[in-house]
Amino acid sequence: MNASQDLLSQGVRGLEPTKTSRMRSQLQQLLALATLVVMVVAFSVASPFFFTSDNLIGILTAATVTGILALGTTFVIVSGGIDLSLGTGMILCGVMSGVFLTYWGWPTWLGVIGVILFGALLGTINGFNTAVLRIPPFIATLGMMLIAQGLSLVVSGTKPIYFPNHPDFQDLMNLSIIPGQRFPLGVGIYVALIAIAIVVLSRTLVGRYAFSMGSNEEATELSGLNVRRWKVIIYSIQGLFVGLAGVLAASRLSSAQPTGGLGLELDAIAAVVIGGTSLQGGRGSMVGTVIGTLIVAVLTNGLRIIAVPQEWQSVVIGCVILVAVYLDMLRRRKT
Amino acid sequence: MRKQMVRLVGALVAATLVLAACGGESSSTTQPSGGNTTEAPAELPYIALISKGFQHQFWQAVKLGAEQAAEELGAEVTFEGPESEGDVDQQMQLLQTALDKNPDAVGFAAVDSQAAGPLMEQAESKGIPVIAFDSGVDSDVPVTTATTDNLAASAEAAKNMAELIGHSGKIALVVHDQTSVTGVERRDGFVEYMEANEPDIEIIDIQYGGDPRVATDIAKAILTANPDLVGIYGSNEGAAIGVVQAVTELGLEDAAKSGELVVIGFDSGKAQMDAIRSGLMAGAITQNPVGIGYETVKAALAVINGDSVPKVIDTGFYWYNADNIDDPEIQAVLYE
Repeated sequence: MNASQDLLSQGVRGLEPTKTSRMRSQLQQLLALATLVVMVVAFSVASPFFFTSDNLIGILTAATVTGILALGTTFVIVSGGIDLSLGTGMILCGVMSGVFLTYWGWPTWLGVIGVILFGALLGTINGFNTAVLRIPPFIATLGMMLIAQGLSLVVSGTKPIYFPNHPDFQDLMNLSIIPGQRFPLGVGIYVALIAIAIVVLSRTLVGRYAFSMGSNEEATELSGLNVRRWKVIIYSIQGLFVGLAGVLAASRLSSAQPTGGLGLELDAIAAVVIGGTSLQGGRGSMVGTVIGTLIVAVLTNGLRIIAVPQEWQSVVIGCVILVAVYLDMLRRRKT
Repeated sequence: MRKQMVRLVGALVAATLVLAACGGESSSTTQPSGGNTTEAPAELPYIALISKGFQHQFWQAVKLGAEQAAEELGAEVTFEGPESEGDVDQQMQLLQTALDKNPDAVGFAAVDSQAAGPLMEQAESKGIPVIAFDSGVDSDVPVTTATTDNLAASAEAAKNMAELIGHSGKIALVVHDQTSVTGVERRDGFVEYMEANEPDIEIIDIQYGGDPRVATDIAKAILTANPDLVGIYGSNEGAAIGVVQAVTELGLEDAAKSGELVVIGFDSGKAQMDAIRSGLMAGAITQNPVGIGYETVKAALAVINGDSVPKVIDTGFYWYNADNIDDPEIQAVLYE
């Protein structure tokens, strides 16, 4: 690192979250964690089948794809952006795994890397459109959402693509990694990604720049940071997560399904927001996102286990989002 | 100056992309061979089909049937549908556009059986005959409806379920949605059969999800919460694939293969057919999607020619399992 860059990173460091805001963020996490614990206890009391290893692993399995999308999009939201193309982008990445492996006959490892890079490409395009063309992120990624949805159908010919020549592909998500338990590899990958995402957001330059761009983009630019370039980088990083989520979703069903995905972006964004990350950017945490993801996953699973009619499940989850965000705002006003 | 140009070109490219994406309704045109593909051919009657979905294999098979009829009987057919099944607004727009083109007849599979009322009246006032297919429409306008009798078909699924579980025990349903006519009928036909004929069978849970990813997690929760479950029914391809995946993820393959846990599906698709061949799924009901498309176009042509058609055209359904899956009669109506 040369002297000017050093100066830059110091300048940006001045824009880091202050001590009080960090404490606030930790408080929010504690609150979210307490909510999660209360929910787990309540469902365990309500049904003897909730707190079983099979069901807990089931919750993590169900949370894996949304959870990985939520990890990735935390970077974007912290930096003051938003991405609506997560869900259909993930589906398109799943379809690309079918293209690379089944249509083009690539070996599994190469196909997986290809899909992850394809996800990064989608992210780069989103980043380019918002940072360089200056299209508002909501619109730029709305466009990408539609493009990805259409391309999934076009590329696959509207049919699911299967993986007859790659029997090992489904192991990525489904292989059991703990003897005697059905603990799938996909969940292990999710856990590893959580650790990586936490470190990248809190300990690296990318994370620091994301926070500073989200809290005050102009000031960050004035301090000499090439904001455009870093925006593209941040969207591309998120794209890596989208690509991997697409691989795991396709691996789970041993088929690349060209439909669905719409609404998944909102599930991921909801998880991030419940975890205390501000949609205005500049404030948030990866641990919060993980807790937010688990809250939604536990709630969805628990309501299903105690057989609450489905129409009421959506109502309950909607209320939880409202309460979580309102409590967060209340506390911020006080301090 | 150069910079401005670059920005302008960039903005134009972006705008084109967005516009291209917005106009991305899946559509295709089929014409008998030799027809001109862009200009409207003079003699052949034009029939616009507006389907409920496009992406499912099922709709592709309906489209195939419509194309076959168009080829054999001489018609120009277009087949369009909303990208996500259940998008009422988009379907209404497609239907409006189709009516504006003044076709000789319209085939329509309603997402919402009531939302199309005004457009149905518009078709009537313009003198365009409407043939309903797959789902019925709550309107007097459609001349006929070419459809699977979903109530009878799901009762057949229930009857087979009852026999396979020995007429007693707890069962659950994963239904693809709770608003469309097919979702409602495939649930009600099944439930009503059980209530009327099987006093010892208890339906303990009905949940909704047609996306295999969602249906998997739903079925896992149901199976986990009810270890004494003896049967589970998925009401379309997506729901059925989800149930099978849940059985696999929970390690219940042996129970499913030995018949302790009976899995019954609906429609076909490769994953479901594989599950039936391997014994994970005991059997499924298949409609005759090719027949639905074929009969719709055939009925439309009859109406255009002034012939009378019955009020409902039952396109049929079949129960299939590992024993008869390779029969030619069944293979003809299954799709991968």
